[in-house]
This record gives sequence, C-alpha cells and structure tokens, in this order.
Amino acid sequence: MSVLNDGWELVIGLEVHVELGTATKMWCGCSTDFGGEPNTRVCEVCTGQPGSLPVVNEQAVRDAVLLGLALNGSIAPRCWFHRKNYFYPDLAKNYQISQYDVPIVADGYLDVEVEEDGDIVTRRVGIERLHMEEDTGKSLHLGETGRIHGADRSLIDYNRCGIPLLEIVSHPDLRDPQTAQAYLRELQAIVRAVGVSDARMEEGSIRCDANVSVRRPGEPLGTRCEIKNLNSVRSLGRAITFEARRQVAVLDDGGQIVMETRHWDEGRGVTETLRRKESVTDYRYFPDPDLGAITMPADKVAAIGTTLPELPAATRARLAETGLARDQIATLVGGGLVACFDEAVAAGAPPVVAANWLTGDVTGQLAAVSLTLSDSGLTGVHLAELVAMTDDGTVSMTLAKEVLAGVIEERGTVGPRQLAADRGIEQMADEGALQAIVDEVVAANPGTVTAIAQGNAKAIGALVGAVMKATGGKADPKRTNELLRAAIAAAQPE
Amino acid sequence: MAAAPITRLSAAELSRHLASGELSAREVIDAHLDRIAATDGIVADGDVWTGLHDAGEGSVHAFLSVTAAESRRQADEVDRQRSAGEDLGPLAGIPIALKDVLTTKGTATTCGSRMLEGWVPPYDATVVELVRNAGMVALGKTNMDEFAMGSSTENSAFSPTRNPWDLTRVPGGSSGGSAAAVAALQAPLSIGTDTGGSIRQPAALTGIVGAKPTYGTVSRRGLVAFASSLDQAGPFARTVEDAALLQRVLQRHDPRDSTSVPHADVDVVSGLRDGIDGLKVGVVTELQGEGFEAGVADVFAASLRRLEALGASLEEVSLPHAGYGLPAYYLIAPSECSSNLARFDGVRYGLRVDAPTAEEMNALTRAQGFGPEVRRRIMIGTHALSSGYYDAYYLQASKVRTLIAADFAAAFANVDVLVSPTSPTVAFELGSKTGDPLAMYLNDIATVPASLAGIPALSVPAGLAAPDGGDVQLPVGLQIMAPLLDDAVMYRAAWAFEQDLRFDASPTGRCAVEVDR
Amino acid sequence: MSLSVDDVRHVARLARLALPDDEIEALAPQLSAILGYAEQVAEVAADDVEPTTHPFGLADVMRADQPRPSLSREAILAGAPVIDGVRQVDQDRFSVPRIVAEEG
Repeated sequence: MSVLNDGWELVIGLEVHVELGTATKMWCGCSTDFGGEPNTRVCEVCTGQPGSLPVVNEQAVRDAVLLGLALNGSIAPRCWFHRKNYFYPDLAKNYQISQYDVPIVADGYLDVEVEEDGDIVTRRVGIERLHMEEDTGKSLHLGETGRIHGADRSLIDYNRCGIPLLEIVSHPDLRDPQTAQAYLRELQAIVRAVGVSDARMEEGSIRCDANVSVRRPGEPLGTRCEIKNLNSVRSLGRAITFEARRQVAVLDDGGQIVMETRHWDEGRGVTETLRRKESVTDYRYFPDPDLGAITMPADKVAAIGTTLPELPAATRARLAETGLARDQIATLVGGGLVACFDEAVAAGAPPVVAANWLTGDVTGQLAAVSLTLSDSGLTGVHLAELVAMTDDGTVSMTLAKEVLAGVIEERGTVGPRQLAADRGIEQMADEGALQAIVDEVVAANPGTVTAIAQGNAKAIGALVGAVMKATGGKADPKRTNELLRAAIAAAQPE
Repeated sequence: MAAAPITRLSAAELSRHLASGELSAREVIDAHLDRIAATDGIVADGDVWTGLHDAGEGSVHAFLSVTAAESRRQADEVDRQRSAGEDLGPLAGIPIALKDVLTTKGTATTCGSRMLEGWVPPYDATVVELVRNAGMVALGKTNMDEFAMGSSTENSAFSPTRNPWDLTRVPGGSSGGSAAAVAALQAPLSIGTDTGGSIRQPAALTGIVGAKPTYGTVSRRGLVAFASSLDQAGPFARTVEDAALLQRVLQRHDPRDSTSVPHADVDVVSGLRDGIDGLKVGVVTELQGEGFEAGVADVFAASLRRLEALGASLEEVSLPHAGYGLPAYYLIAPSECSSNLARFDGVRYGLRVDAPTAEEMNALTRAQGFGPEVRRRIMIGTHALSSGYYDAYYLQASKVRTLIAADFAAAFANVDVLVSPTSPTVAFELGSKTGDPLAMYLNDIATVPASLAGIPALSVPAGLAAPDGGDVQLPVGLQIMAPLLDDAVMYRAAWAFEQDLRFDASPTGRCAVEVDR
Repeated sequence: MSLSVDDVRHVARLARLALPDDEIEALAPQLSAILGYAEQVAEVAADDVEPTTHPFGLADVMRADQPRPSLSREAILAGAPVIDGVRQVDQDRFSVPRIVAEEG
C-alpha cells in the first residue's frame, strides 16, 4: 500500500538504538537498573570526573557479537572505539565513546514479512552496521511544556549515562511505512530472542530514528530528514507517512527539502524542525586513547555463535508446521510466549490447545494483573497439566480458567492439580446432587423444555448454563447434558 | 638524632633512621613542614596551609596546598604501627609531595587552573592509593603549569614556582612544583607527571633526578588527563636510589586503567648497583648540536667521557625521525587535550560563569576558567581534529609516532641505552619565553621522542653550566633512555653515573633558596 | 597553513570557548605559526606507514559484568558549581540554564 501518489517513491532508513540488559554500565561497575532515584547509579567514570578512565564491559561486547550474528552480519576481527566530540550537558565527558571507521558488525540483513495485496511477501532489509556506544544522561526541562523549548532550566540525572547501547543502522532499503514497522518489530523480536535487551519502546530500551526522503523513481536519493521522538511502532508509521507527504507537498510547490532533524509530535501528528543539519557540530572523531582494540578471531565468534538461540523466523516456520494460524504465531513470537508454548507441548499439550490458552486466557489474565509471563511463575508444564485436567473431565473450561488465575496468584509455586485440590475446585462427583439440580432446572423451565422436545436442540445450552450457574460451574458439562436429555425425555407425555 | 639536618637526608637514609628508631615519622614530617613554612611563601596556619598567589621573590612557591594536620596524623599513625611491631615497607613514614594533577579524595585538586579552584575529588588516584599503602605521608599538592601544559610552571593560574637554584628563574615544567619542592629540601620525594618532558625537564633544571617510567606501567587512573596516550606519572628525588624506590611503588598493573600493561611491576631496585662495565651507550646525533646551549653541550660532553671511564662503550646513533617528534607532539597532545578538557563545562564541577543559556554558560566558563596556553592548545587540537584536517594533522602525526618508535627499536638492537642532554638550556628567567609559544615548545625537543615511543627515560644531574651570555652556574641534566619495560637498565646507568659524579644537589648561588648546611 | 580570523572564530565555536575578538585576532597568526611548524610531519608520514595511537597496542582489556558500589549521590552532587553561595543542584540533579539546541 503506497502512501504517496504515483510518480513518487519513498525511501526510508532506520537507526535503531538498543539499550543492553547488562548488569553494569559500558565503562564502569554502576548498575543499569531502570528507574532509581536520580544520580544514585553514578561514579567518577560515568559522571566524567577528571582523571577517570573507562574499562570495557565484556558482556556488552559479547551481546554485540551475538546480535550481529542474529542479523547475519560479519564480525570485525579487530575493531576499536572512537570519541565523538560534541557538547551537551547530559553527556558527562562532552564526548561520546562510540565506533566510527570499523564497527564491530557490518553488512547484515533482516528478512521481514509484509502483506501486499493480500499476499504475504518477504522483503530483505540491508543492515549497514551495528556498533557499540554509550547512552547519555537524562535532562528534565523545567518550564511550562516539559519540553526543551520554553524551559527555564534543565536538570541533569546521570543514572542512564554510560549504559551500553548498540546502534543498528539499516540501508535506505525501506519503501513504505508498513515495511519499516515490520522491520522494527522483527528487530525487536530478534533482540528479545537473543536476550540482549528487553527492547521496550515505552521505557526507551529500544529507540528508533527514521531517515526519510522522497524521489522520482530511478533518480538519485532525495534530501533526507531525520525524524526523532518515535515512541512506538505506530508512531513510526504515522510519522513516516506524514513526513513523506510533507516532503512531496514541498516539492510539488516547487520548494526544496532542507536537510534537518525533525521532531515527531505525537499529539498533533506532525513533524517539526528541531535543528538544521548545517549547524550540526563537526564531531571530530578520533581513536579513544583510553581504550585498546577489541579482537574477535573466528574461533571466538564461533563460540559465541553456539549460544545463539532459535531466531523468530525459524520459530515461526516451526510453529507453522504444527498447524497454528499466522496471527497466533505472531502473537506467540511477538509476546515472548514461545518457550512456554514449547514446554507445554513437550509436556503433552496439543499445540493448538496450548496456543489457544497462551494467546487467549493466559495473555488476558496476565494483562489484567499487569504481570509478565516470567514474573507470573506460570510454566509450560503447568499449562499442559491444565489442558489434561480439562481433557479428563477434572474441570470444565470455566473452572480451568479459575485454576489458571489461582496458579498465577500463587506465582507458580502451586501446580494446577494441587491448587484445584487445595481450593476445592473440581467437578461435582455426587451424581445424586447433580440429578436433583437437573430436575429443578427442567421443572423451572417448561417452555424451554417444550422447545427442545419439539426439535430445537440448541436450546439445551440455556439449560446447561442454568445448571452450571446453580453448581458454581462445578458440574461436568458432558454428564449434565446427558442427565438433561434423559430428564426432558422422561418429562414428555407418551 | 641524625648528624645532618633531617631535610637534607635522602629517603633511603630517612628510612634507615626510622627503622632504627633514631627518628620518628612525626619528627621527619615536622622538619619538612617547618622547611616548607620557611621557604615556600605559604600561609602556615590551620589544618590545610594554602599557597600564596603572590608568594614573593624570596619564596619557592612549590606548594598550592599543604595538608599539615592530616600529614601529622598519618605520621603519628606510622609511628604507632612501628612501635606496635607491624611490618612496614621501606618508605613508610617518608614524606612525599604530589603534583596537583592527581586526584585526592577529600583534598582540593586544582590542576593549576581557575577552572578547578575549590574542587574536591570524590576519589583517589591509583598512585595516591599506592603511595598511601606504602605508608608514605603526603605533605600536600604542588604547583604546575595549568593542566600540565607548559615547560616553566608559569602557566599556573596561581603564580609561578621559582627555581631553588635561582629564584629569578623558572624550575621548568609542567611539574615545576614537585621538582622545586625536592630541590628546595621541602620533601625528599615527589610525584610529577610527564607528557612530553614534564618530569625530566624540571628535574634537569632544578638539579635532581626525575624519571618517566615506561608508558602503561604506572596507572593513569586519577591523573587528570592532558594527553592520554602520553601522560605518565613518575618520581622526583635527589638521588637515583630514592627515585628507584619510589618508582618501584608506583609501577603496578591497574585493572581500572585499560592502558595499564599486565607486567607493570618492573624491578628497578635490585640491579641498581650492578655497574655499567660493558654497557653499550648510544649518543643520539639528532638530540644535540644546534639549539643546545654551549654550557649544556660542554657538560654533556664531559658526561660522555665519564660514562666511558666507567666502562661503558659509546656509539653515535641516529634516530632519523627524531626531528619530527616535536611537530608530531604538538599535534597529538593538543588534539587529545581538546577532547580531554571538553568535560570542563561548568555543569558538574569546578567553575561556572553564569549565563542565560547552557551553551553560553559553557563557553564563558571555558573562556574564563582556562588560561591562555590551555585555550591555545585546545584551539590547536580542535582545529587539528576538525573535518578536513584530521588526515593532514592527527593521522600524519600518528604515523610519525610509528616511525619514531621504529627508530628507537632499531637503535636498541645495537645499544643498551641512549643518552642526550635533557634540556637544550639551563633554567631560564621568569617571563623570558612567555611571549613566544613556539620558543617555549622547543624546550621539549630532546624529551618528546621518548614520550611518543612510550619508552622509559630519566634525567640525572650532570653538572653545572652557565646560560648563554650569563655567568650564574645552573644545573644540567643527562637524559638516559631505555627500551620499553627495561626501566631497570636506565636506573643502573644513572646510579653508576651519579656515584662517580658526586653532584651536590643543594642549590647554591646568589639567588638560591637558603639552605642550612 | 594560514588560519584566518574567521577560521579561528569557527574553531572557537567548535571548542565552545567564548573568546573576545582581540584574542581571536591574536590567535590567528599564532595558530598559523604553530600549525605551519607542525605540518612538517607530512614530509615523512607516507601512505604505507601505519599510525600508532598507543605505545603497546593493548587489545581486549575488559572487565566482567559485575556491579561495584556506586559513589553516593551526595559525593557526586557535592562537586556541583556554586554561584553566589548556592550549589547548582535542584531535585537531586545538576541544574543548568536552559539548553538551547537539542543534540545527540
């Protein structure tokens, strides 16, 4: 689906920053935990005190290589760090340690699936480079807007300063907002699958800037604008669409696109000039004399490669073979539910049933109590046990949901069968008691009974529901059905 | 009591007197504090003595601050430990002065700059920790050229240090305060830092021993960076043995400095007295002749004869690219400095000059907080790294480094050490070179090549000479350079030379600081 | 290499130094002389010479990803600049005048 009229081509490249989930910062031993009181996760290194020196976090380098391999990139046998010099109060040293001429990863790609005219097609997006760098601190702008413009003063917190970042730069291979969104989603899924970051856009642990330009097909690339402040996959799509149309409108009016950085205003749905590129600092990159080279001989890369888990594309292909629907697969992969799914299936749950549970009630119940799957303590083994309990008639679906809620409530410390037993959640075993309730229901609903007797078989559902209600959901639906039919038949005159 | 005044004793002698109980650490500290009070032009009052910005013509002004109360407390603690029979290192209880470029937790560190006036670091430099762990007692922080940029200590924001041999002259720089403190008998030992000669040149000009260890063997953590790939801390002392004892404490691998070499703990002490019979000494062709004062050349020639008489064999050696060392240095050092000093922006520490916007605040703070030479070098470095100039300047200079290192490697294939005069001149008069930056830079001509190659080099007193056109007798230093990590051989050569020369390190002359003989 | 007054002004902006005009004018010939002297390096730095940025060329100096205690907030904020007796700290953060340009 094109967002532009015929005769214009949209060209998009994405720069994605991933904040690594290492325990410590890139150059010092300060914790990287999200949140925390301002300026409490700081030391002489990450606040740029005179005389302080950086030492590379080994895990961050491993993570970079791992993600690089997942993105089909080639790993530099030898790379190093440069200083990118610019002044900004939240950058403690007034230079960012980054990589310049030789990034640790180059020439990767990512295949993304997009829908085109009802078909699913695969698009390959080239990745120019992946390099290591450090995050900046955070500025709080005091004033009416909370934004930088109009602020009287800015307050700086260096907790985030020095947290390891990977910057992943795509080639300008993207041609429409949908593919850009698919790329970002896929990248997010890969980052999570390899476990280097939780990649949450809302917390800023994955951030995306878009370079957007338009041209007449076949012509050289047009002047691009960089769009910042994209806080969700949805804003990425909206911002690209707005910006592409803005640029075409300027050109159609005979104007020229100015190379600049633009800010996406989510509320107003527009991009605005942030700063012109010609005023951008000359970064004066040079090799950081405080740090040595990082070498990655083939054997070391291979050793890291053996720790690479199954990637989302492979997972999707594997799940498709089990008969799951595409949407359901997407939910499992995108929601980080695959490990639990695999565990449930391994423990005997039929794939489709396990997937239904995970994408339906499990996801719903977790959302209701604001828990992640891992925090809930729920395992695939629990899920398989729950499925078995519904199969063998121990609980109805209704009761099973109650059991699931209980397991989550206990954070997985108690399994489903045990929990059902502890809480007395089980179907009525007392045939006499059930018969009495069935007889009451039949007696209380003569109209419905007549309708059923006259051939409206579906109407029995209402009577089953009434029995369930009366038993608090503990009746076995199958047995209830049988008893109801017998009672209706017995109630009819010869 | 020792026969000579306490302040005339070397660290090794003091160590023996402390071990035998003839002297207490407290007596040693008090004697040096008294000496500082008498000669340095300092307000000797309160827990921390502060240096006078106008110390007066009769004062050395080596110190910016003296932590008198804390020094006495530490000395008492060493005495207590000794009387309790604790096992103390050889330098326990020995006073030491620290260049004010080393961070000291709880004690102001200025780097000789208005920019950091009043700043109290939240952490100790690794070398400060090492010195304390050795039981040494810090006296205070010494004056320096601002952020270690200069060759005369005249670039200090807190007025220059004066040469104890002639108070109208400079002590050299940038570690002029540390050198002058030792030469003026205010401390037996001190620590300086050397980027292009900032230990060796002041050692030569004040008639003491000063060494730049192999780059990477002394931790730079807590050494406020001027040029990271060149900066190295090292010892000043009045004897070669003392310098070696201190260097032995400082050379240690530091996992918190990524440029610290794994096998940093070179033993420069054990072989000190082994002599130099058969030592092959290379005389560097390019580091003599034009630009070197006649008096310096004479002392150097005599030094060569002395080395030969001690059994060394002399050989003329060429370092073809040595002449490119100074131009390369004056691209590399300012480039690194322009980036290293960017952090001084008025946000987190030190001076702030208020302004309506952060950008103006940064620019005004930096313009007013840095002195003229620092501003000049930041400008040179910023230009040299800027778009379109990087290849012509920084990259080319980095290649010259490769060539110079290769020159040294080739030379050391044939000789054990290389020698040259440390400085082309003896101590010059205050103010005589401040108007001409390039002339000032030429002071480093003989010291910069070793800095670029990272090799160890020291300056040992070689005699006295008059400046061109003058008649006052001033110290001349002999520079001895050695291969990477072979700091021991240069100490062995320097010790043999010193024992034979028997140079008296006490300042003499019309304008010398007063010495009790 | 000869630097014009405008060149020097540009460099001062990059270096974030608010230099007065007289210093800018004085620096132009000084920097030109120093850089002119330094340019000699080009005479010998051939294409086939590898640059050296560190005497030892150490590689793979890294630390394990294990947390160490941070410094206290008080210790870090204690360094903040003081203007008219007031430490420039607010809400446990370093306080600066408004930032004009976004960057990064």
